[in-house]
Amino acid sequence: MADVIWVYAEIGDDKITTTSLEMLAKASDVGKAEAILLGPAPDDAAQTLAQHGAGKIYRSADPLYRDYLTLPAAETVAGLIEKYKPAVLLCASSYAGRDLVANLSARFDCGAISDVGDFQLKDGGVEAKIPALGASYQNTSTLVSQGTKLLLVRPKSFEPKINAQPVAVEELPAAAGEALRKVHMKERVAVKREGPQLEGAKTVISGGRGLKGEENFAMLKDLAELLGGAVGASRAAVDAGWVPYAMQIGQTGKTVKPDIYFACGISGAVQHLSGMKTSKTIISINKDPEAPIFQYSDFGVVGDVFKVIPQLIEELKKRKGG
Amino acid sequence: MNIVVCGKVIPASSVTIEIDANTKRMVRKGVTHELDPAAASAVEEGLRLTEKHGGTVTLVTMGISDVTIGIRNALAMGTASAVHILDDAVAGSDTLGTAKLLAAAVKKQPFDLVICATESSDSYSGIVHGQLAQLLGIPPLTFAKEVTVDGGKISIKRQSENGYDLVESSLPALVAVSSGINEPRYPQLKGIMAAKKKEIKVYTAAELGLAADQVGEKGAREKVLTIGRPPKRDAGKVVTDEGEGGKQIADFLAEIKVI
Repeated sequence: MADVIWVYAEIGDDKITTTSLEMLAKASDVGKAEAILLGPAPDDAAQTLAQHGAGKIYRSADPLYRDYLTLPAAETVAGLIEKYKPAVLLCASSYAGRDLVANLSARFDCGAISDVGDFQLKDGGVEAKIPALGASYQNTSTLVSQGTKLLLVRPKSFEPKINAQPVAVEELPAAAGEALRKVHMKERVAVKREGPQLEGAKTVISGGRGLKGEENFAMLKDLAELLGGAVGASRAAVDAGWVPYAMQIGQTGKTVKPDIYFACGISGAVQHLSGMKTSKTIISINKDPEAPIFQYSDFGVVGDVFKVIPQLIEELKKRKGG
Repeated sequence: MNIVVCGKVIPASSVTIEIDANTKRMVRKGVTHELDPAAASAVEEGLRLTEKHGGTVTLVTMGISDVTIGIRNALAMGTASAVHILDDAVAGSDTLGTAKLLAAAVKKQPFDLVICATESSDSYSGIVHGQLAQLLGIPPLTFAKEVTVDGGKISIKRQSENGYDLVESSLPALVAVSSGINEPRYPQLKGIMAAKKKEIKVYTAAELGLAADQVGEKGAREKVLTIGRPPKRDAGKVVTDEGEGGKQIADFLAEIKVI
C-alpha cells in the first residue's frame, strides 16, 4: 500500500497557493496524496486540490481557522494525525506552515525538518534534502522519531501538475475550546503593491544595500519596465526601510525562479541566495569583486550600479528603437 | 513587566561558516562570535517595552564558552541579567532539543513575555520559537513587525503576504519579531562598564532537569546524514566595468535571446 502523504493546503490571494500544488505534485509522485484545508476558501478550492492529485480532502470551512491562526489549526491537524497516522505531513515554509509545524513537532515530541528542497521515502522513514546554510552547503537529513514525519517545504521546489483524482471530502468539526482562541487575528490589512507581481514574473530586477536609498529603486523600475519584469529587493534594502517587505526575496521573503534575475548592489548573502539561486539566468552588478553573488552568476559586472544600470537602460532603449 | 529574550550568539558575519565533515556540525570553537543581529533586535524590542512599561529583560542563550562575548554585548545594551546554557552534552541539539533547553531555562525566570527572533542568522530553521511557545504553553505571536503592550494585552502587526495582520493576545505570551522591526542600539561606555558586573547564570542540561538522552545529538529527532557543497553552477563570466558594463549586459541579453 502506498504511503499516505498529507499536504497542508493554504489559501493566498483567494486561491490555493502555488506551493500547496507543488507539494501535491511531489506527494503524488512518492505516495498517495491527501490534503487538509482549513478555514474559508473559494468554492472551487477542493476541486483544485483534487485536480492536482489529492485523493482525499480533510476540510473545515470554519472561520475560526482564519481568525485564530495556529492554535486551532494545530489542534485539528494533531487530531487527524493521531487518527490516520500518515507517513508524512508537508507544510509550506510559509507563515502559517512554519507555525503549524513548530507547534506539532513540540506537541508530538517528534521534531521536524525545515527548508526541505526535496525528499524521498526510505525504509519507512524520510530522507530530506536541505540546502543547510542557505545556499552554501546542502545536507540530507532524516527524522528518527516514530510516527508522522513533519517537513517544511521550500516554495518552488517542485512543479505543480494536473493529476485529477475523484474527490472524497471529509468534513471536519471545528476545533473547540476557549484556549484555542488565545491568538486573535482582528484585522487583515493589505498594503498596496505597485508594479507587476514578483511571483511568476519571468524577469526580476532586485536591488540591495548597494542602491544606497529608496529613490534609486526608480532606475530598477525603469529597467523592469523595459524588460517586462518585476522589482524585488534583498533583506538589507527592506530592513533599511527603502522598499516594502512584499518585495523581499530570500529565506524570510519570497522565493522566485524567473528566467532572468538581476542582482543589483546585492552581495549574495546566504539569506538572499536561498530565495533566488535557482533562477535560470543570473546577472549581477556589484562593486566588490569578491561578492559571493558572482559565484552564482551567469554574467557579472564588477562596477558601480549607478553607472552600469543607466547605461544598460540607455542601451536597451536604443536597441529597441533600432 | 518581566521579559525573557531567547537569542543566539553566532559566528560573526565576517566569518565564513564552515561545517565539520565528521560531526556534520557548524564549526564554532575558536571562531569570533557576536550577538546574532536577529537576537539583537529581540533584545532591543524587550528593552523598549521595559523602558515604557517598567520591568527588566533577561537574556537566555545556549552555546559554547566562546559565546560569552555576545552575552556581554546584550548586557551592555541594557539587559539586566543573562542565563547561559553551557554544557558539552547539548552540542548537536536539533531545533526541538534547543527549544526544550530554552523552555526549561525560561521557566526558571518570572516572565510575562518571551521574545525571540523569527529565525537565527546562521541556521534559519525558524521553528524554535513556535516549539518554545508550545512547550511553555503560552500563545505564539509570530512574524511581528510591531509590538504594543497595553496592560495584560499584547498586540502585534504580523507580517503577511499582502501586508500585515493585526493580532492580539493576552499575556503571558511569546512574540517572535521579524528582522528590521527596530534598529538595535549600540552599547554605550556606561553600559559596557555596567555589563561587567551583571550576573550570567550558567546551567547544564542536568541542572535544567533534562536527561542526557533528551538533548544534544543523542536527543535529536533530526539526524544529519550527509553534508556537502551543492553542485556549482557552471562558472559564469565576470567582467570589470571599464565604461562598457551596461552595454556588455545588453550584449549578453542579446546573446541569450532575451532582447
